[in-house]
Amino acid sequence: MSDVRSDNRARFGVPADSMVFARGVRKTYGSLEVLKGVNFDVPEGSVACIIGPSGSGKSTFLRCINHLEKLSGGILLVDSQFVGYDLQGDRLYEVKDDLLCRRRAEIGMLFQSFNLFSHMTVMENLIEAPTQVRRIPVDQAKAEAEILLRRVGLADKVDRYPRELSGGQQQRVAIARAMAMKPKVLLFDEPTSALDPELVGEVLQVMRDLAESGMTMVVVTHEIGFAREIGDQLVFMDGGVIVERGAPREMIANPKSPRTREFLSRVL
Amino acid sequence: MGVAHPTDIGVEPGIAAAVSRLTVVPQRRYGIWIGTAFALLLAFLIIRAFASNPAFAWGTAAGYLFHPSIMRGLGNTLVLTVIIMALAIVVGTVIAIMRVSPSPVLRAFAGVYVWFFRGVPALIQLIFWFNLSLLVREISLTLPFLGTLFSVRTNDFMTPFFSAVVALSLCEAGYMAEIIRAGIKSVPSGQAEAASALGMPYRMILKRITLPQAMRFVLPPTGNEAINLLKMTSLVTFIAVDDLFYTAQSIYARTFETIPLLIVVAFWYLAVVSILSVGQHFLERHFGRSDTRREPLTKRALRNVISLRGAAR
Repeated sequence: MSDVRSDNRARFGVPADSMVFARGVRKTYGSLEVLKGVNFDVPEGSVACIIGPSGSGKSTFLRCINHLEKLSGGILLVDSQFVGYDLQGDRLYEVKDDLLCRRRAEIGMLFQSFNLFSHMTVMENLIEAPTQVRRIPVDQAKAEAEILLRRVGLADKVDRYPRELSGGQQQRVAIARAMAMKPKVLLFDEPTSALDPELVGEVLQVMRDLAESGMTMVVVTHEIGFAREIGDQLVFMDGGVIVERGAPREMIANPKSPRTREFLSRVL
Repeated sequence: MGVAHPTDIGVEPGIAAAVSRLTVVPQRRYGIWIGTAFALLLAFLIIRAFASNPAFAWGTAAGYLFHPSIMRGLGNTLVLTVIIMALAIVVGTVIAIMRVSPSPVLRAFAGVYVWFFRGVPALIQLIFWFNLSLLVREISLTLPFLGTLFSVRTNDFMTPFFSAVVALSLCEAGYMAEIIRAGIKSVPSGQAEAASALGMPYRMILKRITLPQAMRFVLPPTGNEAINLLKMTSLVTFIAVDDLFYTAQSIYARTFETIPLLIVVAFWYLAVVSILSVGQHFLERHFGRSDTRREPLTKRALRNVISLRGAAR
């Protein structure tokens, strides 16, 4: 396995500490080109925030990272490996479903609408993938789930159904559920956009704790304050390309591109 | 403007007297009164007709209620219903999964299945399967080099009972497929997406995430289908399967006690339908449990008692 990684590093110039590495990523739906060549680097243990107007392709790009969307062009490597392909010579072979699932399980994803399994309790949500996909014994999975729930401050909600929780609590459970698979990287697709304003803070606090613990995170967000405080890099996407990138404080304080400036003036 | 306003609470003494003199006269709903009287009269006439007309022969009906033949017929009806429903749910689930499959060929196949088996009347399908031997004389498996492995005459296995099971389960599966497909469609797409993001493969997502959530939508119409099917099995009388209706028929063909035996049959169908309805209620409660806020039964009962007492005061 490490052979594949070092081969890829040598061949595509992937940095040694790279967690997400994208070069020339394109995505088209019919004649509509949503991503027009995206280059993107996330070093291990860092937090990258992606901002941009709706329809700019930021969510599509996020879904490309764990292969929920297939690329139309370019390459995308997670931990120096292709997610949906095996590279042999100059051919990228699509991998079988079970291998794709195993690799995808190492990439956690959070959604705007939480998507907790509504027919399962909080505990059942957390142990579902570890016991079914990874075949971890139920007792062990439960013990780990309890630790995670304590971390997100919801140890007392173990037996509740998602419907009985507030939006903020549901998103915190969703984060714990993703963490239960011990992912290498967490992808957040506008995690606080569906929340009432007073519930945003509790979710951001959990994300802040995760970032401080060294989790690699890619966050599509409208929370500029969060990006400035927690992000190691900030990326502004518009029209399917990355318009500007940089250190968050620097970029928010004086954006170079007029498009970035205009977007920031509208959201700040 | 010089007008004396009343204080915030209370009314001026002069107006208070005028207000307290008022009484509310309820609207007169003559239509409902007439309708009620008419319904009561009709109910009285029907009950009198049932009780006084000797042709109903209630005593004879009661005598046949637990007649051994009737009991055997009822047993067969129940066995048929259970087997057919079980097969219909299995086949219907497969067809429903094909209908939501990414493959256009599978989708089309399932679509044609539903179109055909829902479109042709059940009685015609039943008689068709019963007469399969007219179409196919024998079924055999012949392999090169090995010769004929087995061969059966269609008439030997297409017994009335077997053709009833085949015909009605294929027919019922068409209805079940549509119900299950609607259930699958009603599960938000985010559920399957979250499951794939967690690394669950397609079949696991169907089995663990999509189908269990579809159950909530599938159960109420399935209960109705089970009740319909129970009654639909009376069609097997046409191909001489001795179900409840057939045994009753064969008794009154001999004794000419037609009405009492029809009453016996109606009684048993009603009894089983009532039991099914109760079962359906409990199943729905079980699968809807993530829907309702959880509250222990005793606590809820207690609260109801308290609120009733509050209302009574």
